[in-house]
Amino acid sequence: MFNKEKINEITKERERWENTTLPKWMGNRPERKNEFRNHSDTLIKRVYTPEDIKDLDYMRDLGFPGEYPFTRGVHATMYRGRLWTMRQFSGYGTAEQTNQRFKYLLKEGETGLSIAFDYPSIRGYDPDHPFSKGEVGVCGVAVASLKDMEVLFDGIPLDKVTTSMTINGPAAMLLAMYIAVGDKQGVPREKLGGTMQNDVLKEFFAQKLIIFPPKPSIKLVTDIVEYCTKHVPRWNPISISGYHIREAGANAVQELAFTLYDGITYVESCLERGMKVDDFAPRLSFFFAAHNDFFEEIAKFRAARRIWAKTMKERFHAKNPRSLWMRMHVQTAGFTLTAQQPLNNITRVTIQALTAILAGTQSLHTNSFDEALALPSEEAVRIALRTQQIIAHESGAADTIDPLAGSYYIEYLTNEMEKRAMEYFQKLDDMGGAIPAIEKGFFQKEIADSAYKYQREVDEKKRILVGVNDYTTEEERPIKVLRVNPKVEEEQVARLQKLKRQRDNRKVKEVLEKLHYATEEDENLMPVIIDAVKAYATIGEICDVLRKIYGEYKELIVI
Amino acid sequence: MQNERKIRVLIAKPGLDSHDRGAKIIARALRDAGMEVIYTGLRQTPEQIVETALQEDVDVIGLSILSGAHRTLFPRITELLKQKDLTDVLVVAGGIIPEEDVPEMKELGIKEIFGPGTPTDKIVQFVLENIPKRT
Repeated sequence: MFNKEKINEITKERERWENTTLPKWMGNRPERKNEFRNHSDTLIKRVYTPEDIKDLDYMRDLGFPGEYPFTRGVHATMYRGRLWTMRQFSGYGTAEQTNQRFKYLLKEGETGLSIAFDYPSIRGYDPDHPFSKGEVGVCGVAVASLKDMEVLFDGIPLDKVTTSMTINGPAAMLLAMYIAVGDKQGVPREKLGGTMQNDVLKEFFAQKLIIFPPKPSIKLVTDIVEYCTKHVPRWNPISISGYHIREAGANAVQELAFTLYDGITYVESCLERGMKVDDFAPRLSFFFAAHNDFFEEIAKFRAARRIWAKTMKERFHAKNPRSLWMRMHVQTAGFTLTAQQPLNNITRVTIQALTAILAGTQSLHTNSFDEALALPSEEAVRIALRTQQIIAHESGAADTIDPLAGSYYIEYLTNEMEKRAMEYFQKLDDMGGAIPAIEKGFFQKEIADSAYKYQREVDEKKRILVGVNDYTTEEERPIKVLRVNPKVEEEQVARLQKLKRQRDNRKVKEVLEKLHYATEEDENLMPVIIDAVKAYATIGEICDVLRKIYGEYKELIVI
Repeated sequence: MQNERKIRVLIAKPGLDSHDRGAKIIARALRDAGMEVIYTGLRQTPEQIVETALQEDVDVIGLSILSGAHRTLFPRITELLKQKDLTDVLVVAGGIIPEEDVPEMKELGIKEIFGPGTPTDKIVQFVLENIPKRT
């Protein structure tokens, strides 16, 4: 972008500045630290100049929005055309309660739904399973059968909203239920829009809520991708997630590298199944965390888009421009919320949300300020949503595309993130891919080391967290937190028992046998799972069939 | 005189949640402080936790839970500890446990609840000061 002569001139001037102006200031006002580093340990310079991006080629590295390599955004109009989707992850208690919360959020201006399921549903247990004791409806909404799903979407037409579901092990069952609700509402499958998380790889080393071992887990993911490509074309069958990798302790570079590498693994699995890259790649979507380090996060999102576009083009020879798009959802980082002085979290969330908007996310969840204490109250959720609306309508951040492009610092960091992510790609390729790396505990160790390093820095006050290790106050916490009524569990168990009395149990038995057979024969399981949920077989019953054949994953413990 | 035995700690995660960042950090911090740490991984039932505590002859049990099921699972664990005559084991806990639940948890015999943001050295210190005396 700069000619050599200009760069030489700047270098000369910088050296002069360092020898004349700077020392005077360093004497009177020395710097706060010997060195400044960001979360991924990149050494941060005092000031950035064109020297730091002297090899940047505008058309090669940045280009225009909606064009390769998509560094500046996947759409040509971005938020000038349509604002990002404001999608708040929510769910607690019974399907009735969460249905009310969904309607409240839609009334307040939310533009997409996002379901949080409770732990029993996520792990594929019915509410009456011994492991479900004390967990039903506590951390998300309890959904055991199509009955619950029907209540959850009562009065919400599925052709008017898009829905994201944070579900992995039993993703096929929940997608089947959503399709079944759509069928009942008379919404054709090609009109259903939304996203399944359905990213099992990160489960093995980050979120760890998986049910089945790696091979059958990836088989189920691929079944869903294949089914959606043919029958539910507006559905994003997978949301390749860095969020949990980051929350588990990874730094920004690790989050970026591991997530995209998981993406590569899914593409390879679909190709092995015989699918064509341009048939499924346009529907792959991504999910990242927005942490506290403002510029590092912006650089991370921009680098992610560029790396993905290059990977799809160069590694997988995709031809359809949409196959090169990285569409992303971002959530502000739950880990950064403090239980101390919780209102301060509103400020943190605002800064984090801005990084995602300035870097062009497609959809955003903002955390509520009380989430280090409990599930969010209605008031806290509203403030979180308002934060997005203020950014959208008052800050001006949404009025031009990729406004920080060209900043010496941002472009330098974007390049640096890409370079370091590619080093991880190489390492993972050398290890034989993501699954061997999981089996060796590679990701697990990398993440645990970063998490421990971060905590040491906080404990040693090398990293200041306001209200936690500095600026502390003795405080009362008058915040009213949301509590899930323990009656929910009883109600859910009663509902399940009633369902089992009322449904056609012969049909259930039949369809579960069909599922058993299809699983052994290694067929695509989506059609038979749709039949099973329509017969009101429960998540627990369906998962038990698969558990019997696939076995359960046993965690590899790496401290 | 020959009481060179290291302090033995069981870090356990009851409940279905999988947030193990805190548990692993505490495990490392206690290990760095010279203790013998046993970490048994996610989703341990109360029965498994107490059985491990017995088998491993631990002095301390650290329970980490973020799923909100502590009011169901902690009473079960302390009850089983009583049944197995392990009442002299120091039991502490951490995770997302609302302040208003703390008195109830302490009544069960859980010595301290460490919320989010607790420095690891504070936990090490607490263990050292409250460790049951072995005779």
